Amino acid sequence: MNRPTPLLSVQDLGKSYGPHLGCTDVSFDLWPGEVLGIVGESGSGKTTLMNCLSAQIEPTCGKVIYDTRMDGARDIFDMSESERRLLMRTDWGLVKQNPRDGLRLGVSAGANVGERLMAVGARHYGDIRNVANDWLKKVEIDVGRIDNPPSTFSGGMQQRLQIARNLVTEPRLVFMDEPTGGLDVSVQARLLDLLRGLVNRLGLSVVIVTHDLAVARLLAHRLMVMKDGRVVEQGLTDQVLDDPQHAYTQLLVSSILQP
Amino acid sequence: MDGYNFAYLDEQTKRMIRRAILKAVAIPGYQVPFGSREMPLPYGWGTGGIQVTAGVIGQDDVLKVIDQGADDTTNAVSIRRFFARTTGVKTTEKTTEATLIQTRHRIPERPLSEGQILVYQVPIPEPLRWLEPRETETRKMHALQEYGIMHVKLYEDIARFGRIATSYDYPVVVNDRYLMKPSPIPKFDNPKMDNMPALQLFGAGREKRIYAIPPYTKVKSLDFDDHPFEIQQWDENCALCGSENSYLDEVVMDDQGGRMFVCSDTDHCESRQSDGHVGPMGTQQAAE
Amino acid sequence: MYVAVKGGEKAIENAHRLLAQDRRGNPGVPELTVVQIKEQMSLAVDRVMTEGSLYDRDLAALAIKQARGDLVEAIFLLRAFRTTLPRFATSNPIDTTAMKARRRISATYKDLPGGQLLGPTFDYTHRLLDFALMAESEAPDVATSPSNDEALPRVTSLLNAEGLIEQENSDDTAPVSDLTREPLDFPANRDLRLQNLARGDEGFVLAMGYSSQRGYGNTHPFAGEIRMGEVEVVIEPEELGFAISIGDITVTECEMINQFKGSATEAPKFTRGYGLSFGEAERKAMAMALVDRSLRARELGEEVQNPAQDEEFVLYHTDNVEASGFVQHLKLPHYVDFQGELEMVRNLRAEQAHVHAQEQMLKAGE
Repeated sequence: MNRPTPLLSVQDLGKSYGPHLGCTDVSFDLWPGEVLGIVGESGSGKTTLMNCLSAQIEPTCGKVIYDTRMDGARDIFDMSESERRLLMRTDWGLVKQNPRDGLRLGVSAGANVGERLMAVGARHYGDIRNVANDWLKKVEIDVGRIDNPPSTFSGGMQQRLQIARNLVTEPRLVFMDEPTGGLDVSVQARLLDLLRGLVNRLGLSVVIVTHDLAVARLLAHRLMVMKDGRVVEQGLTDQVLDDPQHAYTQLLVSSILQP
Repeated sequence: MDGYNFAYLDEQTKRMIRRAILKAVAIPGYQVPFGSREMPLPYGWGTGGIQVTAGVIGQDDVLKVIDQGADDTTNAVSIRRFFARTTGVKTTEKTTEATLIQTRHRIPERPLSEGQILVYQVPIPEPLRWLEPRETETRKMHALQEYGIMHVKLYEDIARFGRIATSYDYPVVVNDRYLMKPSPIPKFDNPKMDNMPALQLFGAGREKRIYAIPPYTKVKSLDFDDHPFEIQQWDENCALCGSENSYLDEVVMDDQGGRMFVCSDTDHCESRQSDGHVGPMGTQQAAE
Repeated sequence: MYVAVKGGEKAIENAHRLLAQDRRGNPGVPELTVVQIKEQMSLAVDRVMTEGSLYDRDLAALAIKQARGDLVEAIFLLRAFRTTLPRFATSNPIDTTAMKARRRISATYKDLPGGQLLGPTFDYTHRLLDFALMAESEAPDVATSPSNDEALPRVTSLLNAEGLIEQENSDDTAPVSDLTREPLDFPANRDLRLQNLARGDEGFVLAMGYSSQRGYGNTHPFAGEIRMGEVEVVIEPEELGFAISIGDITVTECEMINQFKGSATEAPKFTRGYGLSFGEAERKAMAMALVDRSLRARELGEEVQNPAQDEEFVLYHTDNVEASGFVQHLKLPHYVDFQGELEMVRNLRAEQAHVHAQEQMLKAGE
C-alpha cells in the first residue's frame, strides 16, 4: 500500500515585494479532511500566504504541491495556466472575505451556483437548476430566492451563497479568507455552525485565514500563528490557544475576552 | 478610378489582408488581428467587410452587396458603387449569379454553393465582450476554451424569460472549438452557416479582426439539451410572394396599426414572384 | 398595393447635392479659399494634421473646407487619403533639442539657459470678444519675434545632470510599432501608447489628462518644458547611406515632470510624461504628456486604479475616427435585428399575459 500523502504540501514558501517582506520560510502539510487555521493580525503576512497557496499570486520562492486527482502530486506553479485554472474551478474552492468579490452580483443566485457546472460542461438546464436548488437548501437559503440576484441578499446570505457556489463541484480543498469578517455576531455564529457541519459532512480540507481566534477555535484542527511574515508557532488548536508558547501568541490569546 | 489601385487598397495591404484570411480559414472561428486601414467609408459602415472584399475580389468576380437582406438599401448601394468605381467588376442583385456577396445582417435565403464567398460586416467580433470588457482576458478565455460564462448568460435568460432571449448575433461554436459571433444576423440565419458549401469570411474594420468559416464546417448555436436552439417563425406569409419560410420584415402601412410582412431578402422575393408565386397583397407577374 | 421603397441610389445622389449646396452656403458671399483656411484657421489645420497623422497644411485645409468646418470629419478625410499613400522612407527621429523655438516655457524654473519665450500664445489674453474683427481689418503691426536660432538646453537634461529624473533610455535602432499598419496589441509598450495618444482625439485625451489631475490618478505633474518651433525632418535612404533633409515641420513638445515615490528597488525621483503634436496644438501635447505618464503605471509598478491608467480603456477609445463611425453607424438600418427583438418582446408579453390570466382565473375559482 502507498504511504498516505498530504493533500497539500508547502515547502519553504516566500513572497517578497522588493525589500518588503510578504511572508517567508513557510512549510507545512495539509492532510485530507484537515482544517488549518492561519491566524495573526493584519500585516502579519497571512493574506499574502493565502494568496500564494491559492495561486492568486506567484511566490518568490518555494513550492506548493497539490495531490491532484489525475496525476498525483504536482507543483501548482509548474502547471500550465489552463491546468491551474481548471483545478481552481473544480477541485478547489476560494471563499473571499467580501462575498461581493466572489459572486456575480448581476446574475441570479441559481446562475451563481450553476456557473462552475456550466464551466465544466453541464448542458442540461433542468439538471443544473436542480443541483442549484439542492445547494441553496444545504446552505439554508430559501429556494424561492433562486432567481433573485445576490445584490438583494443580506450579507450572511451572500456569504452562504458564495460557499454554495464554491462547493457545487465537490472540491477537496477550500481556501477561506476571513469568511465571517464583516458579519454581525449572531450571523457569524450561524455561518460558523453551517461551515462546521459542511466541512464534517463533506470531509473537506480547509485553509482558513482569520484574525478571530474564536473562529479559529471553532473550525480549525490545527493553527499556524504568523507575525511579520513568519510562522512563530504552530500546533493543535487547543494546544496553541490553551498553552501558547511564543510571546506573541500569548499576547494574542490574552487580548481576547475569556469566556 | 484614377489615382487609386484596383479595389482601392494597394497590393501590399491586400496581401496582408489575404494572409490574415488564410490564417482565419486555417483556424475556423479564431479572430485574427490585422492591420485594418482607414477606408473612405466610416467605421461601422462595413469597413471590415469592404477590406476583406477588396482583398479577395478579382477582375472576373461578380459582386452582390446586401444590407438587411436588400440590394437597394442606401448602404448596400453605396458599397456596391464603391466597388463598381474602384474595380469595374460586374455587379448583380441575383444571389445565384454572384461569386462574391458582401452582407450586413443577413444570409441570403437561397442556399449558397461551392465557389461562392460570403463576406460579413462585423461590428463587434468578440462574443465574450459583454461579459468581459478586457481584450487581454477574453483572449485568454478563448485560448483556454473557458466558455462557461456564455452559458451563464443563457441560463439567466431561461430563468427569467423561460427561453433564450437572444434574437440576433446569436453565439455559435465553430468546428467544436472557437466561440464565435456570427455578426448581427437574425438567429433565423444561424442554421444556414452550418456545413455551408460557400466560404464565409468575417471582417471587423474598427476592431481590426478577420475570422472565417471554411466550406462544410460544423457551426453549432449554443443551447441547453432541454432548451434547444430555435429560430423565429411567423404566423404570416410574405405579402408579395407568399413565402412561408423566409425572414420577414414588418412594414407599417398607416397609423391605424395596419401592417404587412414582406421578405427581407429582396432578390429571393422577386425571383419567387417572377416564378409565379403570389402573396395576399402581390400581383401576378406575366409569365416569361 | 405596396411597393418596397426603391431608389437608394437616387436618394444618395440627391443627399450629396444638398450637402454641396450647404457647404457653399449663400452664393452671394465669396467662397472661402483653402489658402485662407491655411493662413487664418491655422490651429484648426494643426489639429487636423495631428489627429489625421499627416503633415500637409494644404490638404488639411482642404479637408476642413470640404468638411464644412467639422474637424473630426476633416481628420477622417485626411486619414482616408493618407491610407492610400505609398511609404517611401521612414524618417530619423526628429531632434527637438535642435528646434528653432518660437515658444519655450518652463513652469519649474523661473529662469533657465535660453530664457522663457512666450511666443504666439492666448495665455495672457483677456477673453473679450474683439468686435473690431467683425470688420475686415488691416494686418496687425509686425511683432518683433525673438526667435531663437540657438539650440536650447532641455529642462529635463538639467535635472538629469543631477540624477533626479529617470534616464530616458531610448534606443533609436529598436523597431517602433506602427498603429497604421498593425492592430493595437496588449500589453502596449510606450512607443505604441505614444503613437496612439498622438493620433487620439484632443477632447478625449484632454479629459483623461484632466481626470488624472483631479484625483483619478496620482501623478503630481509639473510642466517641465513646453517648446514650439521648427525642426528638420531627415531621411536616410538605405541605398544612399547618408542623411538628407527633406524640410522643416512645426511641432509642439511637452515634457511633464512627475513625482515618483520610489519602489522597492528604486529611490524616489522624478519621472517623465511626454507629448508631441504637429503645429501649435499645445493643449493636446500637454494632455498627452499627462496621459502618457498615467499609462506608465504598469511599467513603474504603480497600482492601476483609475481610468487614465488603464491602457485598454484609454487606448481603445482615443481614436475619434473609430468612435465617430461606430456611434453614428446606429443611423444605418437595423430592421432585421429590430424585427427579431420585436418578435421576442411580443412573445414574452403574450406569455406573461397568458400566465397572468390563468392566475386570475384560479383566484376567481377559489
